[in-house]
Amino acid sequence: MASSHNTIESFYKAIAEGKLVAGKCRVCNKLLVPPRPLCPHCYSSNFEEVVLKGKGKLLSYTIIHVAPPQFRAMAPYTVGIVELEEGPRILGVIHSPSGRPLKIGQEMTVSFDTNVHPTWPKWPRYFFKPAEDVDSKSWTS
Amino acid sequence: MVGAPLAAIVSAGSSKFGALEGRLGREIFAEAALEAYERCPNLDPKKDINAFFLGQFLGSSLEHQSHNAPVAAGWAGLAQIAATRVEAACASSAAALRCGVIAVASGLFDVVMVGGIEKMTHRETAEVTESLAMAADYPFEQWQGLTFPGLFALMATAHMDKYGTTEEQMAKVAVKNHRNGAKNPKAHLQKEITLEKALSSKVVAWPLKLYDCSLITDGASCLILTKPELARKYTDTPVYIVGTGQASDTIGLYEREDLTTLRAASLAARQAYQMAGLTPKDIDVAEVHDCFTIAELIAYEDLGFCGRGEGGRLVDEGVTEHGGKLPVNMSGGLKSKGHPVGATGVSQAYEIYLQLTSQAGNRQVEGAEIGLTHCVGGSGASAVVHIYRRVA
Repeated sequence: MASSHNTIESFYKAIAEGKLVAGKCRVCNKLLVPPRPLCPHCYSSNFEEVVLKGKGKLLSYTIIHVAPPQFRAMAPYTVGIVELEEGPRILGVIHSPSGRPLKIGQEMTVSFDTNVHPTWPKWPRYFFKPAEDVDSKSWTS
Repeated sequence: MVGAPLAAIVSAGSSKFGALEGRLGREIFAEAALEAYERCPNLDPKKDINAFFLGQFLGSSLEHQSHNAPVAAGWAGLAQIAATRVEAACASSAAALRCGVIAVASGLFDVVMVGGIEKMTHRETAEVTESLAMAADYPFEQWQGLTFPGLFALMATAHMDKYGTTEEQMAKVAVKNHRNGAKNPKAHLQKEITLEKALSSKVVAWPLKLYDCSLITDGASCLILTKPELARKYTDTPVYIVGTGQASDTIGLYEREDLTTLRAASLAARQAYQMAGLTPKDIDVAEVHDCFTIAELIAYEDLGFCGRGEGGRLVDEGVTEHGGKLPVNMSGGLKSKGHPVGATGVSQAYEIYLQLTSQAGNRQVEGAEIGLTHCVGGSGASAVVHIYRRVA
């Protein structure tokens, strides 16, 4: 049945509330980030929304120097893929307040910029920080 | 039947690749079509060609033109035949070629034209960067600021971490492909570069630098395909397509278990080798999708030219140089010939056609009989592999 839950829209609504969420399939227990209307493993459409801890390890990263127009003011900036403790992987900007070089495998923590953008898709942004930097002052774009 | 030809290429054409100022995609395509017609005097394009498949990726954003297949068909002087645009990001025209092979092999059409177009250099680099990023996932990659070079940079960082691949090995791919492209009169940048120049070029998406990246280029390419049994009606030197493979994967790179391989390319290669009854050892010359230098190293591994993690070693040992055991990207590749994204897949087949019919001039691989093309869409959500033989 169609639902406003378990959609990309609902994932970003949760980001605006400072939560990183997954869809958990009630049939095969797989965790899906982003949430989806159909489980690609068992074809169930029966999900519950679960809140993730927002911690994981860095799988890879790049430092973007040549950016599209809407990101040009931020360049150079770092983007990485993080494998969350619960299993799913997600990509995001990495802000490293200490400026220390990143290492693959290091622990990362999610943070939230809950500003909602004025036009479609109105999605707020999440980002990652090295866990060791998590007490530093917050990131602003 | 394993190894039986699926289709025959009876002619091929390519525009000059480069900054083709003042011309739209359809006009560039007409240049490619004319070369194919001149090479094949027995063909009457209006009468003989029954269907047309065109690969184009960015016409909608960069040229304000969707629906370019009937446009290009008209500008190439075809009759009012079925003309369909195929889109698979940078593998668009490789997928169009596969549609053409299927159309001929099904028996539905006797003669089919396939082609590719992209017009890119008239727009600002930032605009092209934004358009190319459309091949990445919108809500979880583009929205997070990831660029197209950034996708392959993430693969490069992971490959360096897992296998010890170096920035120097990646730069050697650029040096090799520029050396080849310097011998290709249709290449965009016909100049050799030094390893030092490649390594010291400005960073685009670390660890990838300017000379690790393919070029923003205008260009068009085409092939005329027919049933194998009709090939001799049009030419004495057909090239047979004996294997075709295509596969897909998650659009998000972040969703994949292994960032150091393109699963779709491995699967497409396996299909093509099985269909052709051939193995990687049989390939004499290959054109692979070096949109970034790391992509060529990963292609060696996905195509079975070497083991996992050994792509860097292959380039260190010169195996894929002109004169090496398996020359790769004799055209100059996307790196030096240029990467008009929608035209690239058919352009790779154009080079293999020239190589297998001994028309490749001073970049000819002597005695080449079996060729392979490998084309990747986006960060590997699409991959297409074809295998070609000079003798049926």
